[in-house]
Amino acid sequence: MDKYIEMIRIRFLMMLAYRTNYYTGILIYSINIGAYYFLWKAIYGGKETIEGLSVLQMTTYVAVAWMARAFYFNNIDREMAMEIKEGKVAVELIRPYNYLTMKTMQGLGEGIFRLFFFSVPGMLIVSFVFPIRFSADIYTWALFFVSIVLSFLINTQINLLTGMTTFFLFNNTGLIRAKRVIIDLFSGLLLPLSFFPQGIQEVLKFLPFQGISYVPSMIFTNGFSFSETLQAIMLQGLWVLILIVPIQALWILAKKMLVIQGG
Amino acid sequence: MKNAIEVNGLRKEFKSYSSRSGLKGAFRDLFSRNYKVLRAVNDITFTVKQGEMVGYIGENGAGKSTTIKMLTGILTPTAGDVLVNGMNPHKEREAFVQTIGVVFGQRSQLWWDIAVQESFRLLKKVYKVSDEEYDRHMGHVIRTLDIEPLLDKPVRKLSLGQRMRCELAAALIHNPPLLFLDEPTIGLDVLVKLKIRDFLKEINEKYNTTILLTTHDLTDIEALCDRVVMLDEGHIIYDGALKDLKETWGEGKEVQFQFLEGVELAVLENVTRELPVKWELEEKEQLFTAYTTDEANAVSDLIATVISSFQIKDVKIMEVSTEEIIRKIYEKGEV
Repeated sequence: MDKYIEMIRIRFLMMLAYRTNYYTGILIYSINIGAYYFLWKAIYGGKETIEGLSVLQMTTYVAVAWMARAFYFNNIDREMAMEIKEGKVAVELIRPYNYLTMKTMQGLGEGIFRLFFFSVPGMLIVSFVFPIRFSADIYTWALFFVSIVLSFLINTQINLLTGMTTFFLFNNTGLIRAKRVIIDLFSGLLLPLSFFPQGIQEVLKFLPFQGISYVPSMIFTNGFSFSETLQAIMLQGLWVLILIVPIQALWILAKKMLVIQGG
Repeated sequence: MKNAIEVNGLRKEFKSYSSRSGLKGAFRDLFSRNYKVLRAVNDITFTVKQGEMVGYIGENGAGKSTTIKMLTGILTPTAGDVLVNGMNPHKEREAFVQTIGVVFGQRSQLWWDIAVQESFRLLKKVYKVSDEEYDRHMGHVIRTLDIEPLLDKPVRKLSLGQRMRCELAAALIHNPPLLFLDEPTIGLDVLVKLKIRDFLKEINEKYNTTILLTTHDLTDIEALCDRVVMLDEGHIIYDGALKDLKETWGEGKEVQFQFLEGVELAVLENVTRELPVKWELEEKEQLFTAYTTDEANAVSDLIATVISSFQIKDVKIMEVSTEEIIRKIYEKGEV
Protein backbone atom coordinates (compact mmCIF):
# COMPACT_ATOMS: atom_id res chain seq x y z
CA MET A 1 0.00 0.00 0.00
CA ASP A 2 2.96 2.24 0.80
CA LYS A 3 4.01 2.41 -2.81
CA TYR A 4 0.57 3.52 -3.94
CA ILE A 5 0.48 6.31 -1.36
CA GLU A 6 3.97 7.34 -2.44
CA MET A 7 2.66 7.56 -6.00
CA ILE A 8 -0.02 10.03 -4.89
CA ARG A 9 2.75 12.16 -3.40
CA ILE A 10 4.79 11.97 -6.62
CA ARG A 11 1.75 13.08 -8.58
CA PHE A 12 1.38 16.05 -6.26
CA LEU A 13 4.96 17.00 -7.01
CA MET A 14 4.36 16.65 -10.72
CA MET A 15 1.30 18.88 -10.56
CA LEU A 16 3.38 21.47 -8.71
CA ALA A 17 6.09 21.20 -11.37
CA TYR A 18 3.65 22.54 -13.94
CA ARG A 19 2.13 25.61 -12.37
CA THR A 20 0.98 27.19 -15.63
CA ASN A 21 -1.43 24.31 -16.20
CA TYR A 22 -2.79 24.91 -12.75
CA TYR A 23 -3.47 28.60 -13.32
CA THR A 24 -5.02 28.16 -16.74
CA GLY A 25 -7.19 25.40 -15.27
CA ILE A 26 -8.65 27.81 -12.72
CA LEU A 27 -9.33 30.33 -15.46
CA ILE A 28 -11.09 27.80 -17.70
CA TYR A 29 -13.29 26.53 -14.88
CA SER A 30 -14.26 30.06 -13.83
CA ILE A 31 -15.24 30.93 -17.38
CA ASN A 32 -17.31 27.77 -17.69
CA ILE A 33 -19.13 28.27 -14.42
CA GLY A 34 -19.77 31.94 -15.23
CA ALA A 35 -21.09 31.15 -18.70
CA TYR A 36 -23.47 28.45 -17.46
CA TYR A 37 -24.63 30.64 -14.59
CA PHE A 38 -25.74 33.42 -16.91
CA LEU A 39 -27.15 30.97 -19.43
CA TRP A 40 -29.35 29.33 -16.79
CA LYS A 41 -30.47 32.68 -15.38
CA ALA A 42 -31.61 33.66 -18.86
CA ILE A 43 -33.41 30.33 -19.35
CA TYR A 44 -35.22 30.60 -16.04
CA GLY A 45 -36.25 34.20 -16.77
CA GLY A 46 -39.12 34.85 -14.39
CA LYS A 47 -39.93 31.20 -13.69
CA GLU A 48 -39.64 29.89 -10.16
CA THR A 49 -38.73 26.30 -10.94
CA ILE A 50 -38.01 24.09 -13.93
CA GLU A 51 -38.28 20.31 -13.58
CA GLY A 52 -38.36 20.69 -9.81
CA LEU A 53 -35.17 22.76 -9.48
CA SER A 54 -35.18 26.41 -8.39
CA VAL A 55 -32.79 29.02 -9.86
CA LEU A 56 -30.71 28.87 -6.70
CA GLN A 57 -30.53 25.08 -6.84
CA MET A 58 -29.67 25.28 -10.51
CA THR A 59 -26.76 27.70 -10.09
CA THR A 60 -25.49 25.67 -7.14
CA TYR A 61 -25.83 22.56 -9.28
CA VAL A 62 -23.70 24.11 -12.03
CA ALA A 63 -21.00 25.31 -9.66
CA VAL A 64 -20.85 22.03 -7.73
CA ALA A 65 -20.88 19.94 -10.88
CA TRP A 66 -17.83 21.75 -12.23
CA MET A 67 -16.01 21.71 -8.93
CA ALA A 68 -16.65 17.99 -8.52
CA ARG A 69 -15.38 17.53 -12.05
CA ALA A 70 -12.04 18.98 -10.97
CA PHE A 71 -11.78 16.06 -8.56
CA TYR A 72 -13.00 13.15 -10.65
CA PHE A 73 -11.65 14.29 -14.00
CA ASN A 74 -8.22 13.07 -15.10
CA ASN A 75 -6.28 12.44 -18.25
CA ILE A 76 -5.02 8.96 -17.47
CA ASP A 77 -6.62 7.61 -20.66
CA ARG A 78 -4.51 10.01 -22.70
CA GLU A 79 -1.44 9.23 -20.62
CA MET A 80 -1.94 5.50 -21.06
CA ALA A 81 -2.38 5.97 -24.79
CA MET A 82 0.89 7.87 -24.92
CA GLU A 83 2.76 5.37 -22.77
CA ILE A 84 1.54 2.52 -24.92
CA LYS A 85 2.26 4.31 -28.18
CA GLU A 86 5.78 5.28 -27.14
CA GLY A 87 6.48 1.87 -25.64
CA LYS A 88 6.96 3.28 -22.13
CA VAL A 89 4.53 0.71 -20.84
CA ALA A 90 7.47 -1.74 -20.99
CA VAL A 91 9.08 0.12 -18.11
CA GLU A 92 5.83 0.00 -16.13
CA LEU A 93 5.64 -3.76 -16.57
CA ILE A 94 9.07 -4.42 -15.07
CA ARG A 95 8.00 -2.92 -11.76
CA PRO A 96 6.43 -4.95 -9.01
CA TYR A 97 3.09 -3.21 -9.03
CA ASN A 98 -0.20 -3.40 -10.83
CA TYR A 99 -0.13 -0.94 -13.72
CA LEU A 100 -3.84 -0.17 -13.57
CA THR A 101 -3.88 0.37 -9.82
CA MET A 102 -0.87 2.65 -10.17
CA LYS A 103 -2.65 4.64 -12.88
CA THR A 104 -5.72 4.95 -10.66
CA MET A 105 -3.51 6.23 -7.84
CA GLN A 106 -1.94 8.79 -10.16
CA GLY A 107 -5.44 9.94 -11.04
CA LEU A 108 -6.29 10.12 -7.36
CA GLY A 109 -3.17 12.17 -6.64
CA GLU A 110 -4.21 14.57 -9.36
CA GLY A 111 -7.78 14.66 -8.04
CA ILE A 112 -6.80 15.37 -4.44
CA PHE A 113 -4.42 18.09 -5.59
CA ARG A 114 -7.18 19.77 -7.56
CA LEU A 115 -9.73 19.32 -4.78
CA PHE A 116 -7.59 21.25 -2.30
CA PHE A 117 -5.81 23.77 -4.49
CA PHE A 118 -8.50 24.26 -7.06
CA SER A 119 -12.04 23.27 -6.10
CA VAL A 120 -12.05 24.59 -2.55
CA PRO A 121 -10.56 28.03 -3.28
CA GLY A 122 -12.54 28.18 -6.52
CA MET A 123 -15.76 27.41 -4.68
CA LEU A 124 -15.05 30.18 -2.19
CA ILE A 125 -14.50 32.71 -4.98
CA VAL A 126 -17.62 31.57 -6.83
CA SER A 127 -19.74 31.83 -3.68
CA PHE A 128 -18.78 35.49 -3.33
CA VAL A 129 -19.75 36.26 -6.92
CA PHE A 130 -22.90 34.19 -7.40
CA PRO A 131 -25.65 33.33 -4.94
CA ILE A 132 -25.00 29.70 -4.05
CA ARG A 133 -26.52 27.84 -1.15
CA PHE A 134 -24.28 25.46 0.72
CA SER A 135 -25.99 22.86 2.76
CA ALA A 136 -25.46 23.14 6.50
CA ASP A 137 -26.42 19.53 6.95
CA ILE A 138 -23.42 17.38 7.86
CA TYR A 139 -25.11 14.29 6.39
CA THR A 140 -25.43 15.96 3.01
CA TRP A 141 -21.70 16.69 3.06
CA ALA A 142 -20.86 13.15 4.12
CA LEU A 143 -23.08 11.60 1.44
CA PHE A 144 -21.71 14.03 -1.14
CA PHE A 145 -18.20 13.01 -0.20
CA VAL A 146 -18.96 9.29 -0.54
CA SER A 147 -20.63 10.03 -3.84
CA ILE A 148 -17.74 11.95 -5.43
CA VAL A 149 -15.29 9.23 -4.42
CA LEU A 150 -17.49 6.79 -6.31
CA SER A 151 -17.71 9.29 -9.21
CA PHE A 152 -13.94 9.32 -9.32
CA LEU A 153 -13.83 5.52 -9.42
CA ILE A 154 -16.41 5.20 -12.20
CA ASN A 155 -14.80 7.91 -14.31
CA THR A 156 -11.34 6.46 -13.78
CA GLN A 157 -12.53 2.99 -14.69
CA ILE A 158 -13.99 4.32 -17.92
CA ASN A 159 -10.69 6.09 -18.56
CA LEU A 160 -8.76 2.87 -17.95
CA LEU A 161 -10.99 1.08 -20.44
CA THR A 162 -10.52 3.82 -23.03
CA GLY A 163 -6.78 3.93 -22.39
CA MET A 164 -6.44 0.18 -22.80
CA THR A 165 -8.05 0.25 -26.23
CA THR A 166 -4.69 1.69 -27.42
CA PHE A 167 -3.26 -1.81 -27.07
CA PHE A 168 -5.62 -2.90 -29.84
CA LEU A 169 -6.17 0.21 -31.94
CA PHE A 170 -2.69 1.81 -31.66
CA ASN A 171 -4.22 5.23 -32.25
CA ASN A 172 -7.35 6.10 -30.34
CA THR A 173 -7.21 9.91 -30.10
CA GLY A 174 -10.68 10.14 -31.64
CA LEU A 175 -12.13 7.64 -29.23
CA ILE A 176 -10.68 9.51 -26.25
CA ARG A 177 -12.22 12.77 -27.44
CA ALA A 178 -15.59 11.16 -28.11
CA LYS A 179 -15.55 9.60 -24.65
CA ARG A 180 -14.91 12.98 -23.08
CA VAL A 181 -17.84 14.64 -24.81
CA ILE A 182 -20.15 11.72 -24.05
CA ILE A 183 -19.25 11.83 -20.38
CA ASP A 184 -19.71 15.61 -20.14
CA LEU A 185 -23.14 15.33 -21.77
CA PHE A 186 -24.57 12.10 -20.35
CA SER A 187 -23.14 12.47 -16.86
CA GLY A 188 -25.32 15.53 -16.27
CA LEU A 189 -22.46 18.03 -16.14
CA LEU A 190 -23.87 20.32 -18.81
CA LEU A 191 -27.53 19.64 -18.13
CA PRO A 192 -29.24 17.86 -15.21
CA LEU A 193 -30.49 14.51 -16.40
CA SER A 194 -34.07 15.37 -15.40
CA PHE A 195 -34.03 17.91 -18.25
CA PHE A 196 -33.50 15.20 -20.89
CA PRO A 197 -36.50 13.82 -22.85
CA GLN A 198 -38.21 10.97 -21.02
CA GLY A 199 -37.06 8.30 -23.47
CA ILE A 200 -33.40 9.25 -23.20
CA GLN A 201 -33.66 9.43 -19.40
CA GLU A 202 -34.87 5.83 -19.41
CA VAL A 203 -31.85 4.77 -21.42
CA LEU A 204 -29.41 6.77 -19.28
CA LYS A 205 -30.68 5.00 -16.18
CA PHE A 206 -29.00 1.87 -17.48
CA LEU A 207 -25.64 3.54 -18.18
CA PRO A 208 -22.85 4.33 -15.71
CA PHE A 209 -22.48 8.00 -16.73
CA GLN A 210 -25.09 9.45 -14.36
CA GLY A 211 -23.00 8.20 -11.46
CA ILE A 212 -20.20 10.53 -12.47
CA SER A 213 -21.71 13.98 -12.16
CA TYR A 214 -25.51 13.96 -11.80
CA VAL A 215 -25.65 11.97 -8.57
CA PRO A 216 -23.14 13.97 -6.47
CA SER A 217 -24.46 17.30 -7.74
CA MET A 218 -28.07 16.37 -6.96
CA ILE A 219 -27.07 15.21 -3.49
CA PHE A 220 -25.30 18.47 -2.81
CA THR A 221 -28.19 20.62 -3.99
CA ASN A 222 -30.68 18.54 -2.00
CA GLY A 223 -32.39 17.66 -5.24
CA PHE A 224 -32.80 14.05 -4.07
CA SER A 225 -34.85 12.73 -1.21
CA PHE A 226 -32.98 10.65 1.36
CA SER A 227 -34.10 7.31 -0.04
CA GLU A 228 -33.30 8.45 -3.60
CA THR A 229 -29.83 9.45 -2.41
CA LEU A 230 -29.13 6.05 -0.86
CA GLN A 231 -30.40 4.31 -3.96
CA ALA A 232 -28.24 6.48 -6.21
CA ILE A 233 -25.10 5.84 -4.14
CA MET A 234 -25.78 2.13 -4.15
CA LEU A 235 -26.15 2.23 -7.93
CA GLN A 236 -22.80 4.05 -8.17
CA GLY A 237 -21.19 1.34 -6.07
CA LEU A 238 -22.76 -1.32 -8.23
CA TRP A 239 -21.30 0.27 -11.36
CA VAL A 240 -17.84 0.37 -9.77
CA LEU A 241 -18.11 -3.39 -9.23
CA ILE A 242 -19.55 -4.13 -12.68
CA LEU A 243 -16.84 -2.15 -14.47
CA ILE A 244 -14.09 -4.22 -12.87
CA VAL A 245 -15.11 -7.14 -15.09
CA PRO A 246 -14.43 -5.62 -18.54
CA ILE A 247 -11.28 -3.93 -17.22
CA GLN A 248 -9.78 -7.21 -16.03
CA ALA A 249 -10.83 -9.01 -19.20
CA LEU A 250 -9.33 -6.34 -21.43
CA TRP A 251 -6.14 -6.23 -19.34
CA ILE A 252 -5.56 -9.97 -19.62
CA LEU A 253 -6.20 -9.81 -23.35
CA ALA A 254 -3.94 -6.78 -23.74
CA LYS A 255 -1.02 -8.43 -21.97
CA LYS A 256 -1.35 -11.44 -24.25
CA MET A 257 -1.15 -9.45 -27.43
CA LEU A 258 1.08 -6.68 -26.22
CA VAL A 259 3.51 -5.38 -28.79
CA ILE A 260 6.11 -2.97 -27.51
CA GLN A 261 6.40 -0.26 -30.08
CA GLY A 262 9.72 1.21 -31.06
CA GLY A 263 12.11 -1.63 -30.35
CA MET B 1 25.79 -23.48 -8.95
CA LYS B 2 22.21 -22.70 -9.85
CA ASN B 3 21.07 -21.27 -13.14
CA ALA B 4 19.83 -17.71 -13.24
CA ILE B 5 18.23 -18.09 -16.66
CA GLU B 6 16.96 -21.23 -18.34
CA VAL B 7 15.45 -20.85 -21.78
CA ASN B 8 14.14 -23.79 -23.74
CA GLY B 9 12.77 -23.65 -27.29
CA LEU B 10 11.67 -20.05 -26.85
CA ARG B 11 9.74 -18.56 -29.75
CA LYS B 12 7.95 -15.29 -30.44
CA GLU B 13 5.84 -14.54 -33.47
CA PHE B 14 4.43 -11.20 -34.50
CA LYS B 15 1.79 -10.42 -37.05
CA SER B 16 3.14 -7.89 -39.45
CA TYR B 17 0.53 -5.96 -41.39
CA SER B 18 1.29 -4.60 -44.82
CA SER B 19 -0.72 -1.88 -46.54
CA ARG B 20 -1.97 -2.31 -50.07
CA SER B 21 -0.92 0.42 -52.45
CA GLY B 22 -3.11 3.23 -53.77
CA LEU B 23 -6.51 4.60 -52.81
CA LYS B 24 -8.31 1.43 -53.78
CA GLY B 25 -5.89 -0.57 -51.70
CA ALA B 26 -6.46 1.74 -48.73
CA PHE B 27 -10.22 1.10 -48.94
CA ARG B 28 -9.68 -2.63 -49.17
CA ASP B 29 -7.43 -2.40 -46.09
CA LEU B 30 -10.42 -1.10 -44.15
CA PHE B 31 -12.11 -4.48 -44.46
CA SER B 32 -9.34 -7.01 -44.62
CA ARG B 33 -5.67 -6.58 -44.08
CA ASN B 34 -2.76 -8.55 -45.37
CA TYR B 35 -0.39 -9.83 -42.79
CA LYS B 36 2.58 -12.08 -42.50
CA VAL B 37 3.61 -13.94 -39.40
CA LEU B 38 7.16 -12.99 -38.51
CA ARG B 39 9.29 -15.02 -36.16
CA ALA B 40 11.35 -12.54 -34.20
CA VAL B 41 12.76 -15.25 -31.96
CA ASN B 42 12.96 -18.76 -33.32
CA ASP B 43 13.34 -21.68 -30.92
CA ILE B 44 16.29 -20.51 -28.90
CA THR B 45 17.75 -22.49 -26.00
CA PHE B 46 20.39 -21.37 -23.55
CA THR B 47 21.19 -21.17 -19.86
CA VAL B 48 23.02 -18.57 -17.82
CA LYS B 49 24.59 -19.42 -14.47
CA GLN B 50 24.34 -17.23 -11.41
CA GLY B 51 27.18 -14.70 -11.44
CA GLU B 52 27.92 -14.92 -15.14
CA MET B 53 28.26 -11.85 -17.33
CA VAL B 54 26.91 -12.66 -20.76
CA GLY B 55 26.98 -10.49 -23.86
CA TYR B 56 23.92 -10.90 -26.05
CA ILE B 57 24.72 -9.59 -29.49
CA GLY B 58 23.28 -9.51 -32.96
CA GLU B 59 22.39 -7.15 -35.77
CA ASN B 60 19.52 -4.71 -35.52
CA GLY B 61 16.30 -6.69 -35.68
CA ALA B 62 17.96 -10.00 -34.81
CA GLY B 63 15.56 -10.48 -31.89
CA LYS B 64 17.70 -9.34 -28.95
CA SER B 65 15.24 -6.91 -27.45
CA THR B 66 12.34 -9.29 -27.99
CA THR B 67 14.21 -11.98 -26.05
CA ILE B 68 14.96 -9.57 -23.21
CA LYS B 69 11.31 -8.55 -23.10
CA MET B 70 10.26 -12.16 -22.79
CA LEU B 71 12.88 -12.81 -20.11
CA THR B 72 11.66 -9.82 -18.12
CA GLY B 73 8.01 -10.84 -18.36
CA ILE B 74 6.86 -7.97 -20.56
CA LEU B 75 6.00 -10.09 -23.59
CA THR B 76 4.29 -13.46 -23.62
CA PRO B 77 6.24 -16.11 -25.53
CA THR B 78 4.41 -17.79 -28.42
CA ALA B 79 6.01 -21.10 -27.46
CA GLY B 80 8.75 -22.50 -25.26
CA ASP B 81 9.75 -22.39 -21.61
CA VAL B 82 11.40 -19.61 -19.71
CA LEU B 83 12.61 -19.95 -16.15
CA VAL B 84 14.35 -16.93 -14.69
CA ASN B 85 15.44 -16.87 -11.05
CA GLY B 86 13.37 -20.04 -10.70
CA MET B 87 10.15 -18.31 -11.79
CA ASN B 88 8.06 -18.00 -14.90
CA PRO B 89 8.42 -14.29 -15.67
CA HIS B 90 5.07 -13.83 -17.32
CA LYS B 91 2.95 -15.89 -14.95
CA GLU B 92 4.33 -14.51 -11.70
CA ARG B 93 5.17 -11.06 -12.96
CA GLU B 94 4.84 -9.03 -9.78
CA ALA B 95 6.86 -11.41 -7.59
CA PHE B 96 9.35 -12.01 -10.38
CA VAL B 97 10.26 -8.41 -11.21
CA GLN B 98 11.20 -7.91 -7.57
CA THR B 99 14.25 -10.09 -8.31
CA ILE B 100 15.52 -8.35 -11.44
CA GLY B 101 16.84 -4.97 -12.45
CA VAL B 102 16.47 -3.64 -15.98
CA VAL B 103 18.03 -0.74 -17.82
CA PHE B 104 16.69 0.16 -21.23
CA GLY B 105 19.26 2.47 -22.77
CA GLN B 106 16.66 4.08 -24.99
CA ARG B 107 13.91 4.61 -22.45
CA SER B 108 14.02 6.39 -19.17
CA GLN B 109 12.53 4.73 -16.15
CA LEU B 110 12.88 7.78 -13.97
CA TRP B 111 10.07 10.29 -13.76
CA TRP B 112 10.86 13.06 -16.17
CA ASP B 113 9.54 16.11 -14.32
CA ILE B 114 10.66 15.46 -10.78
CA ALA B 115 14.00 15.34 -8.98
CA VAL B 116 16.01 12.13 -9.21
CA GLN B 117 15.85 11.54 -5.47
CA GLU B 118 12.03 11.57 -5.60
CA SER B 119 12.14 8.81 -8.21
CA PHE B 120 14.55 6.88 -6.00
CA ARG B 121 12.28 7.36 -3.02
CA LEU B 122 9.29 6.02 -4.92
CA LEU B 123 11.26 3.03 -6.21
CA LYS B 124 12.51 2.34 -2.71
CA LYS B 125 8.88 2.07 -1.59
CA VAL B 126 7.90 0.07 -4.66
CA TYR B 127 10.60 -2.51 -4.04
CA LYS B 128 10.05 -2.40 -0.26
CA VAL B 129 13.66 -1.62 0.57
CA SER B 130 14.27 -0.81 4.24
CA ASP B 131 15.99 2.44 5.24
CA GLU B 132 19.17 0.75 6.51
CA GLU B 133 19.41 -1.44 3.45
CA TYR B 134 18.93 1.59 1.22
CA ASP B 135 21.54 3.70 3.01
CA ARG B 136 24.11 0.92 3.02
CA HIS B 137 23.68 -0.24 -0.54
CA MET B 138 22.59 2.89 -2.36
CA GLY B 139 25.04 5.09 -0.47
CA HIS B 140 27.77 3.03 -2.05
CA VAL B 141 26.14 3.01 -5.51
CA ILE B 142 25.64 6.77 -5.44
CA ARG B 143 29.26 7.38 -4.43
CA THR B 144 30.69 4.99 -7.01
CA LEU B 145 28.62 6.37 -9.87
CA ASP B 146 29.27 9.89 -8.62
CA ILE B 147 25.67 11.05 -8.86
CA GLU B 148 25.37 12.75 -5.46
CA PRO B 149 25.22 16.28 -6.98
CA LEU B 150 22.52 15.21 -9.47
CA LEU B 151 20.00 13.94 -6.97
CA ASP B 152 18.05 17.16 -6.51
CA LYS B 153 17.81 17.96 -10.24
CA PRO B 154 14.79 17.04 -12.36
CA VAL B 155 15.60 14.29 -14.86
CA ARG B 156 14.84 16.49 -17.87
CA LYS B 157 17.76 18.77 -16.91
CA LEU B 158 20.36 15.97 -16.89
CA SER B 159 22.74 15.22 -19.74
CA LEU B 160 22.58 11.76 -21.31
CA GLY B 161 25.64 10.54 -19.40
CA GLN B 162 24.31 11.85 -16.10
CA ARG B 163 20.92 10.33 -16.78
CA MET B 164 22.32 6.91 -17.65
CA ARG B 165 24.26 6.78 -14.39
CA CYS B 166 21.06 7.61 -12.52
CA GLU B 167 19.13 4.98 -14.51
CA LEU B 168 21.68 2.37 -13.54
CA ALA B 169 21.45 3.35 -9.90
CA ALA B 170 17.64 3.21 -10.11
CA ALA B 171 17.78 -0.34 -11.50
CA LEU B 172 19.92 -1.40 -8.53
CA ILE B 173 17.86 0.04 -5.69
CA HIS B 174 16.69 -3.39 -4.58
CA ASN B 175 20.10 -4.97 -5.25
CA PRO B 176 18.71 -7.59 -7.65
CA PRO B 177 20.62 -10.84 -8.27
CA LEU B 178 20.01 -10.49 -12.01
CA LEU B 179 20.50 -7.42 -14.14
CA PHE B 180 19.34 -6.93 -17.73
CA LEU B 181 21.05 -4.15 -19.62
CA ASP B 182 19.66 -3.28 -23.03
CA GLU B 183 22.23 -1.04 -24.73
CA PRO B 184 23.26 0.75 -21.57
CA THR B 185 26.14 2.67 -23.12
CA ILE B 186 24.38 3.92 -26.25
CA GLY B 187 25.52 7.44 -27.05
CA LEU B 188 27.82 7.83 -24.07
CA ASP B 189 31.33 9.26 -24.04
CA VAL B 190 34.38 7.18 -23.20
CA LEU B 191 34.74 8.37 -19.63
CA VAL B 192 31.16 7.57 -18.67
CA LYS B 193 31.42 4.21 -20.45
CA LEU B 194 34.52 3.31 -18.46
CA LYS B 195 32.90 4.35 -15.23
CA ILE B 196 29.83 2.23 -15.95
CA ARG B 197 31.95 -0.79 -16.93
CA ASP B 198 34.05 -0.58 -13.78
CA PHE B 199 30.93 -0.28 -11.72
CA LEU B 200 29.32 -3.32 -13.35
CA LYS B 201 32.46 -5.38 -12.75
CA GLU B 202 32.45 -4.29 -9.15
CA ILE B 203 28.86 -5.28 -8.38
CA ASN B 204 29.38 -8.56 -10.21
CA GLU B 205 32.31 -9.37 -7.92
CA LYS B 206 30.75 -8.01 -4.77
CA TYR B 207 27.24 -9.47 -5.01
CA ASN B 208 27.75 -12.20 -7.62
CA THR B 209 25.16 -10.40 -9.76
CA THR B 210 24.31 -12.06 -13.05
CA ILE B 211 24.40 -9.61 -15.93
CA LEU B 212 22.90 -10.05 -19.37
CA LEU B 213 24.03 -7.27 -21.64
CA THR B 214 22.99 -6.37 -25.15
CA THR B 215 25.00 -3.79 -27.00
CA HIS B 216 26.36 -2.83 -30.37
CA ASP B 217 29.52 -1.57 -28.77
CA LEU B 218 31.76 -4.62 -28.79
CA THR B 219 34.33 -2.97 -26.57
CA ASP B 220 31.72 -3.23 -23.79
CA ILE B 221 31.50 -6.96 -24.36
CA GLU B 222 35.27 -7.33 -24.52
CA ALA B 223 35.69 -5.45 -21.28
CA LEU B 224 32.95 -7.23 -19.37
CA CYS B 225 31.85 -10.57 -20.75
CA ASP B 226 33.64 -13.88 -20.98
CA ARG B 227 30.77 -15.41 -22.85
CA VAL B 228 28.77 -14.20 -25.81
CA VAL B 229 25.52 -15.41 -27.26
CA MET B 230 25.12 -14.31 -30.85
CA LEU B 231 21.75 -14.06 -32.49
CA ASP B 232 20.90 -13.83 -36.16
CA GLU B 233 17.37 -13.71 -37.54
CA GLY B 234 16.00 -15.20 -34.35
CA HIS B 235 18.46 -18.11 -34.17
CA ILE B 236 21.39 -18.48 -31.85
CA ILE B 237 24.39 -18.83 -34.15
CA TYR B 238 27.09 -18.80 -31.52
CA ASP B 239 27.17 -19.44 -27.79
CA GLY B 240 30.53 -19.65 -26.11
CA ALA B 241 33.65 -17.85 -25.01
CA LEU B 242 34.61 -14.66 -26.76
CA LYS B 243 38.21 -15.90 -26.78
CA ASP B 244 37.30 -19.01 -28.83
CA LEU B 245 35.42 -16.91 -31.30
CA LYS B 246 38.48 -14.76 -31.77
CA GLU B 247 40.74 -17.76 -32.19
CA THR B 248 38.55 -19.41 -34.81
CA TRP B 249 37.63 -16.33 -36.74
CA GLY B 250 40.51 -14.04 -35.99
CA GLU B 251 42.73 -15.79 -38.51
CA GLY B 252 45.22 -13.74 -40.48
CA LYS B 253 47.10 -10.58 -39.71
CA GLU B 254 46.77 -7.08 -40.98
CA VAL B 255 49.78 -4.97 -41.92
CA GLN B 256 49.31 -1.31 -42.64
CA PHE B 257 51.81 0.65 -44.77
CA GLN B 258 52.34 4.31 -45.47
CA PHE B 259 54.85 5.25 -48.15
CA LEU B 260 57.00 8.30 -48.58
CA GLU B 261 56.15 8.71 -52.25
CA GLY B 262 53.00 7.95 -54.21
CA VAL B 263 52.53 4.25 -54.93
CA GLU B 264 50.06 2.53 -57.24
CA LEU B 265 48.03 -0.32 -55.80
CA ALA B 266 48.62 -2.37 -58.97
CA VAL B 267 52.39 -2.00 -58.60
CA LEU B 268 52.23 -3.21 -54.99
CA GLU B 269 50.11 -6.18 -55.97
CA ASN B 270 52.59 -7.01 -58.69
CA VAL B 271 55.57 -6.89 -56.32
CA THR B 272 53.92 -9.18 -53.76
CA ARG B 273 52.23 -11.52 -56.24
CA GLU B 274 54.19 -14.52 -54.89
CA LEU B 275 52.86 -14.02 -51.34
CA PRO B 276 49.43 -14.89 -49.89
CA VAL B 277 48.38 -11.26 -49.61
CA LYS B 278 45.29 -9.21 -50.33
CA TRP B 279 45.66 -5.43 -50.57
CA GLU B 280 43.24 -2.67 -49.75
CA LEU B 281 43.78 1.05 -50.26
CA GLU B 282 42.28 3.81 -48.15
CA GLU B 283 42.38 6.67 -50.67
CA LYS B 284 42.24 9.72 -48.44
CA GLU B 285 45.16 8.93 -46.18
CA GLN B 286 46.99 6.73 -48.69
CA LEU B 287 46.92 3.85 -46.21
CA PHE B 288 47.70 0.50 -47.78
CA THR B 289 46.46 -2.49 -45.80
CA ALA B 290 47.70 -5.99 -46.51
CA TYR B 291 45.72 -9.00 -45.25
CA THR B 292 47.89 -12.05 -44.88
CA THR B 293 47.78 -15.48 -43.24
CA ASP B 294 48.86 -16.66 -39.78
CA GLU B 295 51.82 -18.66 -41.10
CA ALA B 296 55.03 -18.11 -39.16
CA ASN B 297 56.94 -16.15 -41.77
CA ALA B 298 54.07 -14.53 -43.68
CA VAL B 299 54.45 -11.15 -42.02
CA SER B 300 58.23 -10.98 -42.22
CA ASP B 301 58.20 -12.06 -45.88
CA LEU B 302 55.66 -9.43 -46.69
CA ILE B 303 57.50 -6.63 -44.93
CA ALA B 304 60.85 -7.69 -46.40
CA THR B 305 59.42 -7.70 -49.91
CA VAL B 306 57.73 -4.33 -49.55
CA ILE B 307 60.71 -2.62 -47.91
CA SER B 308 63.09 -3.80 -50.64
CA SER B 309 60.97 -2.06 -53.29
CA PHE B 310 59.56 1.10 -51.66
CA GLN B 311 60.48 3.81 -49.18
CA ILE B 312 58.32 3.42 -46.11
CA LYS B 313 57.04 6.13 -43.76
CA ASP B 314 55.18 3.92 -41.29
CA VAL B 315 54.28 0.26 -40.70
CA LYS B 316 51.67 -1.13 -38.29
CA ILE B 317 50.96 -4.79 -37.57
CA MET B 318 47.50 -5.50 -36.22
CA GLU B 319 45.45 -8.40 -35.02
CA VAL B 320 42.02 -8.69 -36.57
CA SER B 321 39.68 -6.76 -34.29
CA THR B 322 36.57 -8.18 -32.70
CA GLU B 323 34.48 -5.81 -34.77
CA GLU B 324 36.01 -7.27 -37.89
CA ILE B 325 35.24 -10.80 -36.72
CA ILE B 326 31.66 -9.96 -35.86
CA ARG B 327 31.20 -8.20 -39.17
CA LYS B 328 32.40 -11.28 -40.99
CA ILE B 329 30.03 -13.49 -39.04
CA TYR B 330 27.04 -11.20 -39.61
CA GLU B 331 27.78 -11.15 -43.31
CA LYS B 332 28.02 -14.90 -43.48
CA GLY B 333 25.07 -15.45 -41.13
CA GLU B 334 26.53 -18.47 -39.34
CA VAL B 335 29.48 -19.53 -37.24
